[in-house]
Amino acid sequence: MIASLWRYRGFVRTSVARDFQLRYRGSALGIVWTLLQPIGTVVVLTIVFTRVMQPRLPGGDGFTYSIYLCAGVFAWGLFAEIVQRELNVFIENGNYLKKSSFPRSSLPLIVAITAIINFVLAFAIYFVFLFAIDRFPGWVALWTLPVILMIALLAVGLGILLGTANVFFRDLGPAVPIVLQFWFWLTPIVYPVAVVPDFIKPWFAMNPLASAVAALQDIFTGGQAPTWQTLVTLAAIALIACVAGLAAFRSQADNIVDEL
Amino acid sequence: MVALVLSNVGKAYRRYAHPRDRLLELLPPRRPRHEPIWVLRNVDITVQSGESLAIVGQNGAGKSTLLKLITGVTKPTEGAVHRHGRIGAILELGVGFHPEFSGRQNILIAGQLMGLEVNEISRAMPAIAEFAEIGSYFDQPLRTYSSGMQLRLAFSVATAIRPDILILDEALAIGDAYFQHKCAARIRAFRRDGTTLLFVSHDPTAVRSLCDRAVLIERGAIVQEGPPDFVLEHYNANIARREAEYRIRAVEGAVDRRPAMRSGDRKATIEGVDIVDAAGASTRAVLSNASIRIRVTVAVHAALETLTVGFLIRDRVGNDAFGTNTYHLAAPAVPLDVGARYVCEFAVGAIALGQGHYSIAVALHESDQHLVRNHDWWDQALAFEVLHAGGPHRIGIVDLPVTSTGLRRL
Repeated sequence: MIASLWRYRGFVRTSVARDFQLRYRGSALGIVWTLLQPIGTVVVLTIVFTRVMQPRLPGGDGFTYSIYLCAGVFAWGLFAEIVQRELNVFIENGNYLKKSSFPRSSLPLIVAITAIINFVLAFAIYFVFLFAIDRFPGWVALWTLPVILMIALLAVGLGILLGTANVFFRDLGPAVPIVLQFWFWLTPIVYPVAVVPDFIKPWFAMNPLASAVAALQDIFTGGQAPTWQTLVTLAAIALIACVAGLAAFRSQADNIVDEL
Repeated sequence: MVALVLSNVGKAYRRYAHPRDRLLELLPPRRPRHEPIWVLRNVDITVQSGESLAIVGQNGAGKSTLLKLITGVTKPTEGAVHRHGRIGAILELGVGFHPEFSGRQNILIAGQLMGLEVNEISRAMPAIAEFAEIGSYFDQPLRTYSSGMQLRLAFSVATAIRPDILILDEALAIGDAYFQHKCAARIRAFRRDGTTLLFVSHDPTAVRSLCDRAVLIERGAIVQEGPPDFVLEHYNANIARREAEYRIRAVEGAVDRRPAMRSGDRKATIEGVDIVDAAGASTRAVLSNASIRIRVTVAVHAALETLTVGFLIRDRVGNDAFGTNTYHLAAPAVPLDVGARYVCEFAVGAIALGQGHYSIAVALHESDQHLVRNHDWWDQALAFEVLHAGGPHRIGIVDLPVTSTGLRRL
């Protein structure tokens, strides 16, 4: 699979580029929109929550909440975009799969790369914002890389698993977005985990995304590096998701074409 | 050298009575809950390198599935496919094309989808543009192209680099006559350079001019294999026959309901008339010179000494073409019981009629002709069609076995 993907790396690269070109085709600002979207998110969240609603995180000023919020929202955005798009990747590209012979695994890869580029652009804006308000945490920000990698791998594994299953069980198409919506609000992104009642907390600990998001929030609001325990647990979960996703895809790859 | 071997290849799709059966199938006890739908079975094809094979068959016969198996788009359920060399397949023109991108950009992605490297595509780019003849539109979005231009571009990129095995799914019927000619010329050039060709088409001219061999696929199996002319003739005859049967069945009811066509004292009546082919199946369309039987069912209502059954075939304008009866044929007689039913068959060794529409009249009478004691006379009891079975062109209502020496100087 790796070898055939390597042979088709040109196709993957062109497809990713095409995805971006297509999104802003004919617009005057073009690729700038990719940056304006996260800028909009940062500005709105900052204004709404520091000026309008004025909630306070314990021990923080007005910006702390906005920093907290953006870290979670962008990380969630990456996760949700990958899962959501992998969910439909085979169905949407049915015509390619049925009419030409090429490595089928290139399709989920294209989706993942596109989503990661989107995220990197958004996070770059976030970094600019942090510098602008002089709240950049310093070298500890490098810990973002492994955490984001785990989130992406978890999303890709889960997405491929769901995407494969969605070809055969089309109920997943409408069901997954609803589940994702619940998942978003069950993850401490908008609210701090402190507001969660104690008896629910053990349940929250079972949400791998909660610990990943918390790790990012700690990096940017407190300058704290994630613990090894957190990273290892995340890595294990991401690995399990990837193995499950790839196993499902590989066992069903031939049936996918027949079903579409 | 062998380019392609399919050994005992079969493909089945799964049909589930209910979507949840698919889920239940995954859970223990893991017993299958689907019904396999075989679209191809026991297909054996060997194609030598440089050979050119046509695959003909009606829609739904399994041709497209066969091509998908050969290209590797889908995997066989049983058997194995072995290919040797780079495959270029045009299962559908313009896969990967997007209307918002220019011709140049679409060539890049379509080429990459075929597995070509960027530098290979860049090198071939001018030739692709030239062959497609899209001129100044090359850097314009594809949506501004006419459908002919899009097809030309698609064919051009698909055949930009000579593959070892070229697979074409009816792709030649594109564009105007000029471009079709150009496509055919390119394919011929590939063949000269050693490309193996697999070609699915309904166009007999293209099959004859491009292929050395043909296979006919019917209901998922190869039913005929041989030189293109031989296979095409068989195929066309089958198609014509099916079409004709359909047409005739549609009008048959109307013919039957004409009361004026029936006369007689009804001491014996004709219950039914049928034509059956060599395989024993009822048919209303027969190939010229095929062996058929005319089957007449009779009911006897009064005490009769003898009963003669006769038939008369007429052409579409009502001229007698051929007629005879059991009296003249000296068919053995049986004692006749009142209230009993009988069947009488006429075996026609070779129906030597020219192509066209015919009807059969059936008569029940005594002794040699129906003017004496006519029991039942049923004009146009059924209509049928005789189809050209191949061989030289001829006209008229009889099909005489004719050969010619040609001109000889006296």
